[in-house]
Amino acid sequence: MKRVLIIGATSGIAMACARVWAGQGASFFLVARSAEKLEALASDLRVRGACAVRLRQMDANDTAAHPGMVEAVVQALGAIDIALIAHGTLPAQSACEADPLLALGELTTNATSVIALLIALANQFESQRHGAIAVITSVAGDRGRPSNYLYGSAKAAVSVFCEGLRARLFKSDVSLIDIRPGFVATPMTEGLALPTRLVAQPETVARRIVAGIERKADVLYAPAFWALIMLIIRNIPRSIFKRMNL
Amino acid sequence: MSAGGLLSWGNHPRFPQVPTACHWRGDLPAALSAARQESGTTLAYGAGMSYGDSCLAASDRVLHMRPLDRFLDADWSAGVLTAEAGVTLEDILAAAVPHGWFLSVTPGTKYATLGGAIANDVHGKNHHRRGTFGRHVRRFGLLRSDTGRATCSLHEQPELFSATIGGLGLTGLIEWAEIQLMPIRSSRIEAVTQRFDDLDEFFALSAELDERHEFCVSWIDCLAKGKATGRGIYTAGDFAAEGALAVERPRKLTVPFTPPVSLVNGLSLRAFNALYARRAPAARSRTTLGYDPFFYPLDAILKWNRIYGPKGFQQYQALIPEREARAGIHALLTAVAESGTGSFLAVLKRCGDMPSPGLLSFPMQGTSLALDFPQSHALEATLLPRLDAVVRETGGRIYPAKDAHMRGEDFRHSYPSWKQIERLRDPALMSRFWRRVTQ
Repeated sequence: MKRVLIIGATSGIAMACARVWAGQGASFFLVARSAEKLEALASDLRVRGACAVRLRQMDANDTAAHPGMVEAVVQALGAIDIALIAHGTLPAQSACEADPLLALGELTTNATSVIALLIALANQFESQRHGAIAVITSVAGDRGRPSNYLYGSAKAAVSVFCEGLRARLFKSDVSLIDIRPGFVATPMTEGLALPTRLVAQPETVARRIVAGIERKADVLYAPAFWALIMLIIRNIPRSIFKRMNL
Repeated sequence: MSAGGLLSWGNHPRFPQVPTACHWRGDLPAALSAARQESGTTLAYGAGMSYGDSCLAASDRVLHMRPLDRFLDADWSAGVLTAEAGVTLEDILAAAVPHGWFLSVTPGTKYATLGGAIANDVHGKNHHRRGTFGRHVRRFGLLRSDTGRATCSLHEQPELFSATIGGLGLTGLIEWAEIQLMPIRSSRIEAVTQRFDDLDEFFALSAELDERHEFCVSWIDCLAKGKATGRGIYTAGDFAAEGALAVERPRKLTVPFTPPVSLVNGLSLRAFNALYARRAPAARSRTTLGYDPFFYPLDAILKWNRIYGPKGFQQYQALIPEREARAGIHALLTAVAESGTGSFLAVLKRCGDMPSPGLLSFPMQGTSLALDFPQSHALEATLLPRLDAVVRETGGRIYPAKDAHMRGEDFRHSYPSWKQIERLRDPALMSRFWRRVTQ
């Protein structure tokens, strides 16, 4: 029976992953800002087969609350088999260009709060000497593109942090999976004019994430075809890239 | 979702709907009042499995309820399940079957939502035993733009309860519902199949076997003329008394794109019907099969509606009352065979006399015939009016969930309760169907 911690549990991708684990009879510790949404998610997972569901209201940006949260998880579950960090926001690039304070706030939500959580969790996982930490970053972190380089740089910071942390945790038998989704049909991407053929359903992405965690992948593009798209985008020469509006 | 907005299952009439996705119950009141302010009226849209225009908003602006798909509670000892309205019947089966429960009533697709099943008061192969879906709804939550939230059951808000079951989504947004499931001891079906050569044989078979089996349905070769009118295949079935309780997720094929013209024509129809008829042996035969191929054979091909091309298709489902059933069905089939239009899927089913709690419910005691036709001007100008005349003369009625053409007079005459629905309609809700047949 898996013991699963999810931070940002009410995000679209996290909920879809939780349903897969619920079907396997997992025990959950779910963390999110809204108590009402957490309750709705908990009852859903129970009906779908979850063995136990515990809830904690927390804003991931409240870094002071992180250690207490990790302590509560360990107390409740004993140990953590899977920790999924899934919270995040998708700011409008143009708004961030107009307002440095907004930009810094978005960096806090998407980068520094995640790194703070990783630090707190890494120590726990290192001491328990097993398990997997999965972090949802983004294909946007692969290269700073003019359409969303603030979001992209936050995700890139997390990805680079993960690269180093993965090598540290490897020695303790703990895996760290950097999940880079492309376009996924969730509330976060609603209202964006996305190319329909490239938009994946959260259920599809969730199945890939759950399987990727299972086989201890390092970096996981979801769906897989994004690995190819990003390979091309990463290799566009700078002299051409700066003239583009990707 | 198609790039140009949401459509109904028949892809006709083609009025793309602009959706507002509803993810959390807490957000519904704001979504409803925003839609009302910006567009005048709106409508809840579930999985879009209704064929015609009953799931299309008059304003073409819908509240997309499909994302609202969480379970709220399950009592596996009593088979009582509570879920949000956007949960599909497939989701319900995936949760319930391993615990030994099945939907008390299921239509021919598992992709419909719980809210849609209530709003259309759907029925299935066991109508003669268990009536419509609405009979197994214990309670539901309704959100109205004028009076807010209410819980409705036979005892609380009984008027809204009966107006909402089969009420085409017009009496408020169904937020969640509590349903009674049916116990099963195996997820396998023991089926009996037998060919019949004409309508008299169908009615004889139905009279003999319907009452002995939980599920009964027939396929009819609607191209057959003269003496062969009404030949087809009768299928009955029951859940096996013992066996595994397994959720079935068979591999699906998808029709990958919409061909430029309909692939359904005289040639393909004749070939299909001839092949299908030969599939069943003439003598009575027994097989055991999974619930998925038994209840949902069409779901095995995702987006099969695309084969009708960009113009789409219409389903014509009419019910002829018991007394006139033999003559009425014969007249309908004769008209179809003479038109040469034909249909892949002609489905015949005798409905029982169990009343629905719903005011606007379609089934009543009699025989129901469902036919699919590629959309064309000729269809609307000649064949459908001829079929309508038969239905009118026999005192029958047409299923709103399938309809895209019914005359307003016919609707108002055959569903006299429409006035009560109109009186209880949420002023913020209006469908293209309702506007067409009542105004």
